[in-house]
Order: sequence, then structure tokens, then C-alpha cells
Amino acid sequence: MSKKTNLLEVRDLSIHYSGNTILKDVTLDVRKNEIFGIIGPSGSGKTSFLKAVNRMDELTSGMSTTGSIRFQGYDTSAWKNLFSLRKKMGVVFPLPVGLPLSIYENVAFAPRIAGTRNKTDLDRIVERCLKRAALWDEVKDRLDSLGSLLSGGQQQRLTIARALSQEPDLLMLDEFSIAVDPVTTMRIEDVLRELKKEVSIILVTNLVQQAERLADRTSFFLNGEQVETGITEDIFNGRATDQRTIDYVEGRFG
Amino acid sequence: MLMTWLLILPVLIILVLLIIRGGPAISWAFLTEFPSNGMTEGGIFPALLGTLFLVSLALVFSVPLGIAAAIYLSEYAADNWLTRAINLAIINLAGVPSIVHALFGVGAFVIFLQFGTSILASSLTLAIMTLPVVIVATKESLQSVPHAFREACWSMGATRWQTIRRIVLPNAVSGILTGVILEVSRTAGETAPIMFTGAAFFLPFLPETVFDQTMALSLHLFVVSTQVPDVPEHLPYGVALLLIGIVLSMNALSIGFRVYLRNKKKW
Repeated sequence: MSKKTNLLEVRDLSIHYSGNTILKDVTLDVRKNEIFGIIGPSGSGKTSFLKAVNRMDELTSGMSTTGSIRFQGYDTSAWKNLFSLRKKMGVVFPLPVGLPLSIYENVAFAPRIAGTRNKTDLDRIVERCLKRAALWDEVKDRLDSLGSLLSGGQQQRLTIARALSQEPDLLMLDEFSIAVDPVTTMRIEDVLRELKKEVSIILVTNLVQQAERLADRTSFFLNGEQVETGITEDIFNGRATDQRTIDYVEGRFG
Repeated sequence: MLMTWLLILPVLIILVLLIIRGGPAISWAFLTEFPSNGMTEGGIFPALLGTLFLVSLALVFSVPLGIAAAIYLSEYAADNWLTRAINLAIINLAGVPSIVHALFGVGAFVIFLQFGTSILASSLTLAIMTLPVVIVATKESLQSVPHAFREACWSMGATRWQTIRRIVLPNAVSGILTGVILEVSRTAGETAPIMFTGAAFFLPFLPETVFDQTMALSLHLFVVSTQVPDVPEHLPYGVALLLIGIVLSMNALSIGFRVYLRNKKKW
């Protein structure tokens, strides 16, 4: 594939927390319109990787990075407006974070801070994002009730709708299904397959089957090391090159 | 159980005593008339009004400054030695005896800034004294807003200030207001800081500008209890009852407010 189709290019990225190296020498590309899975046991540096990508690290004291991350062809560390960079990257956290606002305002938050004031525009964005996150039918009659009163699965779809309201080019999901029931997980997975047509998705998960079901390509992180990256089918069908990857996806540890 | 009663009993005794001895003194005339006949008769109107002036002006200074300082310390400042030093200083400032604040007020506002003994100098002294309370209360309520909310906002491209204004402050406002109300009750009762900086023994007229002196309830209580001969017993008790009534009702208001807002909590 040609280089132009890469949305995110990570080269020799290392992440350090007050002297300790959490993740070292990660090199990977995330292509346009693909789901890129990152699997690995907890503590392998998956979440830190996401924080380095949207430069959330600058808010966590003690985190520093070396190496380079290029997003849409530009080095993120040289990105002058940090807020416009983050706006292009939607994040879904492991535990759903319903802001203490109404369902409507949760989704209208990002457009509002970006300067959209027109009520008709906001209505349209809210409806569209909630529909894309497969939540609209369940909440359309109570958009004014608190987002935090929704069930865990609904809240997680609300955060996906919220992330979509930023109109991101990259959607990063960090173990989104931890607090979600299996049925909702399946619904969200369908949503992601659909969203892939419009955005790139990084799917961090410790459910290997989830990566197998969804990801086009998958990277395996272990103890701060990028063990292997490849086509998902190869990783899961015994064609992985590293024995540790084979052991992990077959459930021998982790 | 016994310890609880040991704690509650003195408060009850004080209250009952005040109500029995000072209750008869409280009347509309008591609240609205000037003291007369060498302060052995009449009301306490100028002192009541003076306390109101002093407290409100002190709030005008300390609340915006305190909230701004707390926002900076909680939301912006990096965790370094300077921030830790500032936090330590604030805690220590809260522990400084009020008479020391009073002398600071004399030096800084009355003499150096040449405000003279005035409402302004008194209010500023009170403001400095209560600033740590506002800062600590505000900081605590800001920090009680879950960090995850901030991260969620930042990840959407919100600036720190947008996050604070739209999410953090609206959800911290109950704690901040509780702190402010408690500060009011403390400020109203303070005597030392205003004694040397602007509160007067007796004035036959009301203050007209912030550069005038004023009477105040707390000082008036001290005066009628110890400085003036032949004061009928019910008078100081009446003043004390009024003062403690103000303080307790402020505290009750703050508790009620806290309960009300806790029930409305959104997470």
C-alpha cells in the first residue's frame, strides 16, 4: 500500500514515566479506513500508547516520549494547536464517562466548544452522531435527561457518539467493552464495522477474540515491547512469527 | 455516646442561657435604634449594619481572589516545589491567630496604604484572614469533580478553561458556596482584626463611605460587656444572642444548601 494511505505513522516511539520505560521502540502505521487492533495483557503499555498519540501525556506529569508520531503527514510534537490535534482524535475510555450534562449536551459539547451555536446545526449533529452510535432510538424521547443516568452500555455508546461529534479522523477505543454487556458489545462492534468506512480506528483490547473479529491488522504488545504487528488473520491462524504471540492468542498466558 | 453529650451539652447550655437572659432584649426597637444614654439603653442598629458592611466588603475581596487562586492551584499549577510551598503557606495562613492578622492590617492597610482606621482597612484585614478558608474550600470542591471528566473534555479538544467553565465549576459550585457561607459566619464573629483597623467604640451616626469607621456587633459585645459601667444585664446577652444567631443560621444555611445540592448531584 502506498504511503499516502497512512493516517498515523509511529516510528521508534518510546514512552517513559519518571525514568521508567513503559513502552519502547514502537513502529507502526495506521491506514485510512482500517481497524487497527492492539492486543496484550494489562500493563503492556497499550493505554500509554494512546495517550502519547493524542498528546494527553502533556497533562500527565512525569510522562515523556521519544521517537516520532506523524498524523496526516505532520509530526504531532510540532503541531502548534494541541486542541485541534485532539479534536481530530476521538477517544473512548474503558469506563464510560458520561459528562454531568444532558444526553443532548454530552453530544453537543464538542461542536459547541468548536464554535457551533446554531440550534438547528446542533440538533442535526446530535441526531446524526447518536444514530451512528446506535443509540438514537433508545434516547430520542429523553435527550434532556442526564447522560450519567443511562446504563453502562448506553453510556459507552453515548461516549462513542460524543467522540464522533468531534468529526475525528481517528477513533481510539481503549478496552471499550470492559463495563458493557455482551449484547451491547456486539452492537458496538457492528457500529465500528460501519464507522470504518469513514474513519480509522485504533482498537485497544485485552479480548483477543474481539481483535480477531474486528481488526484488519493487529499489533501485540507485551511488557512494553511491540512483539509483532501483522495482518489479523496471520496473527490468529498460527502464522505469527513470534512464539509469544502464538501463545498469547491461543490463551496459554495473559 | 457520653462523649457526644459532653460535646453537645456546653453548646446547649450556652444557647439556653443566652435565650433566657438575652431573649427579652430582642425586639424591633433593639434592632433598629441607636444605642443611647451611654450605651446602657437603646438598640444596636449601627453595629448590626456595620457588621453587614464589613462582611460584605470582605467577601467582595476574598471570594473572587480566593476562587481564582484555587482554580489556579487545582487546575493549572504543575506539581512542583513552588506549588507545594504555596499550599503550605495557605494552610499556615489559616492557622495564624487573628490578632496577628489585626496587626498586619494596621501596618499594611491603615498605615502603609493610608486607608486610616476605616471600613476598607477592616474589610481587607478580614478578607486576608478568611482567604485561606475560601481557597481550601474551593480547591477541595474542585478536586471532588472526577478527573475522568477533565480527561474526557480534553480528549475532545477542549482547552483547560473551557473544561473548567463548562464542567468543573458548575459541579463544584455547591462546595464553593458552602465554604463562602461558612466564611461569612466566621467573619461576622471576628473581633480582633477589626478592633484596631476600623471598628469604633461608639459612633452617633452611620458611616457614609468606606473610609469612615463603623460600629460592629462583635466589638459592641465586648464594649457593653466590659467597658461600659451600669449596662443592664439583658443588653450584652441580647447582642450575644443576635451574633450567635447570625452565625448559627449561616451554618444552617450552608448545611441545608449542601444537602440540597448533594441530592441534585449528577454522577
